[in-house]
Amino acid sequence: MSQSVSPSAGAAAAQREVRLEVTDLEVRLGRSGPDVVRDVSFTVPAGEVLGLVGESGSGKTTVALALLGHARRGLRITAGQVLLDGTDLLALSPRDLRAARGARVSYVPQDPSAALNPALRVGTQVREVLRVHAETAGNADDRVAEVMREVSLDPTPEMLRRYPHQLSGGQQQRIALAMAFACRPSLIVLDEPTTGLDVSTQRHVLDTVRGLCRSYGVAAVYVSHDLAIVSGLVSDVAVMYAGRVVEIGPTARLFGEPVHPYTRGLIGAVPTPERAEVLTGIDGQQPRPGRRGAGCAFATRCAHAISDCTTETPEPVIVAGRSVRCLRATDIQAADPGRAIAVASVSSATGTPALSVRGVMASYGSTPVLSDVSLEVPPRACVAVVGESGSGKTTLARCVAGLHSNWTGEIIFQGTPLARGARERNKDVLRRVQYIFQNPYTSLNPRKTVGQIIDQQLEQFTRLSRRERSARVADVLADVSLGPDFLSSYPDQLSGGERQRVAIARALVVQPDLLICDEVTSSLDVSVQAIIVELLRQIQRERHLAMIFITHNLALVRSIAQYAVVLRQGAVAESGPVDQILEHPADPYTRRLMEDVPKLRQLPDPQPSEAAGRAPARNPKSPR
Amino acid sequence: MAVNAPAPAARPQVRRIRRHQWVSVLWSAARTPRGMIGLGLASLVVLVAVIGPFVAPNPPDALVTLAFGKPSGQFPLGGDFLGRDVLSRVLDGGWVLLIMAACATALGIAAGAAAGVSAAYLRGVSDGIIMRAVDVLLSFPQLVFALLLLSLLGPKLWLITIAVGVSHAPQVARVLRSATLDLSERDFVKAAELQGMRPAKVMWKEILPNLVSPLMVEAGLRLTYSIVIVAGLAFLGFGQPPPAANWGTMINENRDGLSVNPWPVIVPSLLIALLTIGTNTFTDAFARVAIGVDRRPEEAVLIEDLGAGDTA
Repeated sequence: MSQSVSPSAGAAAAQREVRLEVTDLEVRLGRSGPDVVRDVSFTVPAGEVLGLVGESGSGKTTVALALLGHARRGLRITAGQVLLDGTDLLALSPRDLRAARGARVSYVPQDPSAALNPALRVGTQVREVLRVHAETAGNADDRVAEVMREVSLDPTPEMLRRYPHQLSGGQQQRIALAMAFACRPSLIVLDEPTTGLDVSTQRHVLDTVRGLCRSYGVAAVYVSHDLAIVSGLVSDVAVMYAGRVVEIGPTARLFGEPVHPYTRGLIGAVPTPERAEVLTGIDGQQPRPGRRGAGCAFATRCAHAISDCTTETPEPVIVAGRSVRCLRATDIQAADPGRAIAVASVSSATGTPALSVRGVMASYGSTPVLSDVSLEVPPRACVAVVGESGSGKTTLARCVAGLHSNWTGEIIFQGTPLARGARERNKDVLRRVQYIFQNPYTSLNPRKTVGQIIDQQLEQFTRLSRRERSARVADVLADVSLGPDFLSSYPDQLSGGERQRVAIARALVVQPDLLICDEVTSSLDVSVQAIIVELLRQIQRERHLAMIFITHNLALVRSIAQYAVVLRQGAVAESGPVDQILEHPADPYTRRLMEDVPKLRQLPDPQPSEAAGRAPARNPKSPR
Repeated sequence: MAVNAPAPAARPQVRRIRRHQWVSVLWSAARTPRGMIGLGLASLVVLVAVIGPFVAPNPPDALVTLAFGKPSGQFPLGGDFLGRDVLSRVLDGGWVLLIMAACATALGIAAGAAAGVSAAYLRGVSDGIIMRAVDVLLSFPQLVFALLLLSLLGPKLWLITIAVGVSHAPQVARVLRSATLDLSERDFVKAAELQGMRPAKVMWKEILPNLVSPLMVEAGLRLTYSIVIVAGLAFLGFGQPPPAANWGTMINENRDGLSVNPWPVIVPSLLIALLTIGTNTFTDAFARVAIGVDRRPEEAVLIEDLGAGDTA
């Protein structure tokens, strides 16, 4: 084994039976194409959860599927072993593998609404798993009731007779969990199972998973891009980058004192609701399969990189109780990561508010979405609008922008009331209120170059000559730190973060007075989110912009806004300065939201697992 | 088919000419086996029709041999029902058909696209009116509809072309409406609206460029139908007036002599069949490339799963 994750002589590992052992897993594109995942090794003892974290494209889902002996179309598992209770799943015949899936190893998909069959009753679907693996359970009906109770669903006949669409997202995910646990497998692979859920539901599902793994001695692998969720759930965590595990070790220690520069970057990018911190993202992007040259794949983005990094592929070394793939691990460990405190101080500026929303009621068709919403955006200030999905925050933004015209009440922009829809507004108002869309993958026309996209804005709103326009386009691209060579790129050649910068540039180029950012970071990776938020914060300050920042992520609010408005079911639950709302929430709803936000467990626990009488999943021998 | 092929390049960002992406899709479609067969068949027939008039040994309307004369060295395909040289008539009788079919297709695509895109983008009353009109037109079979127009207005070549084109428009409108419905919900269309862009300009500048692939597929499909309908109308007597040669007309006027000299029926039929099979096969190849079916699986995975993102 190349990776020093051997559970061999460690006294701790001996205490706990190893359920899953993965060694040198390798997945390639085609038979001999470039590697997507390489040299992945880890072990998971019974009852423990291993977190597999990484950003999109890091290969975490590929690894998760390989644990079930599956590779997506075009991919091929070319090397390695997945030993489950001693048997290599990858060496099984297709027939044996099929028998093992569902019974000994099961999978919980990301989106339960897509994974459950909409035409079958949920009871039937859970029972189906037991029917396929008839040997695992005696009485199927009893087992269905039992497993439903375990995932905190009431196994009444009415519940079992429901169809997936009659359940909430959280309940659907519980059904998926019930199906996964029905046959009492040895291993469960969870692929971002809480991504689409609200924070409160998320926490309940996570508690269920943890409890079930404990009580049945199931080993679980939990794939996620959300470090905060993982930190509260798992005992050990593996950080993936460009198809390799770059750092693996006990959760508290790894998140408390990250060693690998990539892990450090990731953790610096995670916003926290407790402190106002400058978010530091990681510049550049992850190399895709086939573009990972020699040496460390992170070297081009790494502040600590030395010339050796680009030539020598780092082998895992053990530093401070975890295994790290970094040539400079020991040097870096000594350096303090350090986080700057953001000064998102309340600007004392007074005067007419940039925007006041008074008593706005909005509806979609006959369904009311907003009821009597009032808020004020002071000049040169950023107001965050926070709420769960369905709270009406996006509708509010669309009303202000003129994209949604079915509303009553008053929206006053710099002293003048705004017309309902964009069609009735004059060009000057349209120019001064700019809107940035949530999803940068649909907000840029795929058939136009970046230059054309930004220039079109000037063409519509100004009478500048072609030459003046192109000078302005170049300037604004520089402002969002994109070079002039992006002018002729098409959106599908850009990463998500780059696209969102183009969208920001498109809004800024016409010098607006009010910027509306609608969940602009929700489709981006954390390291990119941090960069975009930081960019917006700087721009807002430098250009004295008024800004509305819509988000579901309470943790982000502190990093960017001075004021916050909490929306609940279309009404304002609470509003005021950010510090006050986050530190002394008056409304019980806000308090609950704050409590449910997954927080990065960062305090380095000396020996948390052993104190609790448990051994960590893997305890690499420390050199000390 | 300019996809990021796995190559050990240090700098990613392969610059591609994307403005005319459909050209590259056409090109890669032509290189698939299916596309090669389709293109080969169609070009063969087009070649016959285009070069034919210049190499025909006899004038198409000259009575040079016996009625239904057997093939001979001088007249390889024999004589038709009046004793004209079949080979010369075949070589001369295709180009009008092709031009008419091409014009009818262009007309049908343009009219259908305009109707479908504006119905989908404008929604509301316009959508209702346009789509109900389309439903009415769709309730006539295409050939019957064309015949109806011709019997009302008289058989002129330009009128036949227009009639066939108009009869295509409803189907094209349907297809493009559904494609546009999806597109007009995308945020980049909303962004254009927030710039105060007029609806006509939004459709022309923002939506249409994204419809190139479905438009091309429709064009190929409609071309195939146009050929069949134009030839069918000629068979029924709505084509060039009698002395002129036309593949459709030839099939009809020489039916009686099938047992004596079948060539004046077989050869035009065969040419029409090969042409339609060719255009249809090529369209199929184009459509497959356009939706990525013909991509190698490695590339598909790269694009779908490992690439920057999905636009679902």
